[in-house]
Amino acid sequence: MSPLILLLLAIGLGLVGWLAGRARAWSFRKSGPMRLASLPNYHGWYVALWIAIPVLIFVAVWSAIAPGLVMQHVLAQPAAADLPAFGFQRQTILNEARAVATGDAMGVFNAEARGLVEPFREAIGRYDIVGIVVALVIAFAAGAFSFLRLRPDFRARNRVEKSVMAILLVASLVAILTTLGILASLVFETVRFFGMVSPLDFLFGTFWGPDPMSGAANPDGSRYGAIPLFWGTIFIGAIIAMIVAIPLGLMSAIYLTQYAPGRLRTWVKPALEILAGVPTVVYGYFAALTVAPFIRDLALAAGVSNPSSESALAAGLVMGVMIIPFVSSMADDSIAAVPAAMRDGSLAMGATHSETIKRVLVPAALPGIVAGVMLAISRAIGETMIVVMAASTAANLTANPLEAMTTVTVQIVAMLTGEGSFDHPATLSAFALGFVLFIVTLALNFIALRVVKRFREAYE
Amino acid sequence: MSDSVATSRAPARTPTRTEAFEKRLKKRYASERRFRWMGLGAIIFSIVVLLFLLGNMSINGFAGFQRAELQVPIDFREAGLSGDPAVLSQPGAVQSLEAQGLPQVVEFYAGEALGEEAAEQLDPQAWREVADAVTADPAILRGETTFWLPASAGLASGLAGEGAQEMRLLATRLTADGVLASRLDLGFLARSDATNPQQVGIWGALKGSILTMIVTLLLAFPIGVLAALYLEEYAPKNRWTDIIEVSINNLAAVPSIIFGLLGLAVFLWIFPNMRSAPLIGGMTLALMTMPVIVISGRNAIKAVPPSIRDGALAIGASPVQVAFHHVLPLALPGILTGTIIGMARALGETAPLLLIGMRAFVATPPDGFTSPATVLPVQIFLWSDEIDRGFVERTSAAIIVLLLFLLVMNGLAIYLRNKFEKTW
Repeated sequence: MSPLILLLLAIGLGLVGWLAGRARAWSFRKSGPMRLASLPNYHGWYVALWIAIPVLIFVAVWSAIAPGLVMQHVLAQPAAADLPAFGFQRQTILNEARAVATGDAMGVFNAEARGLVEPFREAIGRYDIVGIVVALVIAFAAGAFSFLRLRPDFRARNRVEKSVMAILLVASLVAILTTLGILASLVFETVRFFGMVSPLDFLFGTFWGPDPMSGAANPDGSRYGAIPLFWGTIFIGAIIAMIVAIPLGLMSAIYLTQYAPGRLRTWVKPALEILAGVPTVVYGYFAALTVAPFIRDLALAAGVSNPSSESALAAGLVMGVMIIPFVSSMADDSIAAVPAAMRDGSLAMGATHSETIKRVLVPAALPGIVAGVMLAISRAIGETMIVVMAASTAANLTANPLEAMTTVTVQIVAMLTGEGSFDHPATLSAFALGFVLFIVTLALNFIALRVVKRFREAYE
Repeated sequence: MSDSVATSRAPARTPTRTEAFEKRLKKRYASERRFRWMGLGAIIFSIVVLLFLLGNMSINGFAGFQRAELQVPIDFREAGLSGDPAVLSQPGAVQSLEAQGLPQVVEFYAGEALGEEAAEQLDPQAWREVADAVTADPAILRGETTFWLPASAGLASGLAGEGAQEMRLLATRLTADGVLASRLDLGFLARSDATNPQQVGIWGALKGSILTMIVTLLLAFPIGVLAALYLEEYAPKNRWTDIIEVSINNLAAVPSIIFGLLGLAVFLWIFPNMRSAPLIGGMTLALMTMPVIVISGRNAIKAVPPSIRDGALAIGASPVQVAFHHVLPLALPGILTGTIIGMARALGETAPLLLIGMRAFVATPPDGFTSPATVLPVQIFLWSDEIDRGFVERTSAAIIVLLLFLLVMNGLAIYLRNKFEKTW
């Protein structure tokens, strides 16, 4: 049974409960002289919530455990006895049989799967019925319980509102759950990785060359030195990209806030925002197909022998362009927050406009600008698609921007889109890299927020 | 200037505008002008890059909506295909036509019309388009119809002036005969991924994107709005709500690829059979979009003046009624604007979906939330890896489709903001 159908079932039953509860409340109102404590709608909602929430919880749990139960049932069949014990082929056969049983596939490739189709079909059918029956029983029991509690003096509204508050609280807890989920998944896999490769080798080694095909039992720790990746990330994201983005973004913000006539501003600002809204895969395509070959040709013309077609420069330049609107809007905000009196005072003293900007406005807005730059760096080092498409996968510890270089995000994608298994250190290293990335970006964001909080108050 | 102040005690006024002063002033004005030009230059540079990017994509993409097609007239009266409407309306119609020898029929007429050498350059799957035309309108089996069918990739690059010498010559000859042309290919919007640039289309990825976005919206919007409502209207100021607030702000700044790692480690662990399903992709993107909706939702709710809450409370509404009957409807335009912007970001997102396996080759459009699918940005990424010349134009065409979608979404957000913008 697809979760969608169970979901619709829960909503439908809830609707029935709503109508029944409301009708009951109306009948109280008609039959007795007594005033209802709550409006009939709230009686309806009370019953509906009593039905829908338990059923929804059941659906969530059931759709997580039902496939396991089906699998258990199928594996208990005699036909499953000849399956290969473990590994990829067993999984393929089982998946095939299931696909045929659910009607997703026409036929099977592996002969072994044929005998399993019927057990699958039978098990899926059986557990579907079990699921629906249990859902109906829960709905009926909860519905009857709540329905019988309705009285003219029953304070349905208070109950409903209490559950609404609970739902609101649960919704805001999703953020914590997500954060915990990220931390848990990263830490868990990272610990597994560090069980195979020493953290010291990982953090301080200077050679990166994991071999997903090698045996997983005794990984060669010296192949997992992540320093070249960290360097590549910093070089592309925090150095080259920022050399492009900081001056251009800052100058755009200064021009837009201080010099540009209103009409120009209304047109240019949204245009810069478009630059921020272009998907990064488009930038990556642009970097790989247009910018990188151009840089290579330029380097050839300048007499560099054998320049790489995947250069750190191409990825960094395009990333810098992507970051411009980000820096510019942060700088824009913090310059606009500087009190006008400071600017007017400087102009009144006879300073030119640019002197005022350079000596008064920018220093005064510096905390905001620095915070903006930090957020921009954090975005640049977490950026994936541009570097995946324009940088290479070859780890390289060099300061030459024309050479191929790789970054943390590139390696995460490379390690997880291969065919490696989840027990292999090469695959698990992606989680360790992700963990480092997560910590670093969080630290940058945290520092940025602190800087703003600390120094902004001076003017208020 | 200090010199002039010092000398001003002298009986007569010395001119302040000395030569040195004028020189300095000139220098300062020049630096002022330079600074100004630098600002303008920065903006012009950004705009030029943007225009170059868009122009580059449009020019290439325009070619991507075209393909090299060969003109093949087919006389179905002689072909002896049975046009039984009952069979042709069934799902197996194409197979039935194949069994009746439609591929050979197409091959035969192609040979008749174009000659042996050119007929070989007809795409091997070209007969499928004839079959589609026949199933769409069985009446054409009773007459003669002229089809424009896709040419092979080799001939297509010959037509573009690249590739092998013989192909270029053949292309020139056929073009002169009027049987080979680069024609607008609206089928690009209706087909799915394929291995041959002449045969690919965008519909499968588009449908995958739409399904993924539906899941994202259904999860992120309610959760985001409810969380924003809680934090802005009811939350007490304590350690718990501080943690919630900090984690929402942090999530908004976490790199998207980390969400991919989360989806891989958690969602695919719970649902191991749903690799590359829109459901998993949508769930992953929903976690990413939710903080954006919460933050914009809080701002919109904050902007509703307290007098409205006080008024409603004063006539006896409960706090929940105040929120759902008064505050939320007034804040909704702002929330929707933020939601659309968050969805636009999710639509363009690639990295998390790569990690959860939406990079598979999917040749049929997904027919549900749990069937394998790919999405537009991932399709663009996959095509960009193909070295085949024809894929460059196709990729640009796909980028145009993606950008148009984003443009429509952003336009909608701006329209909503302008239409419902209130000043209290």
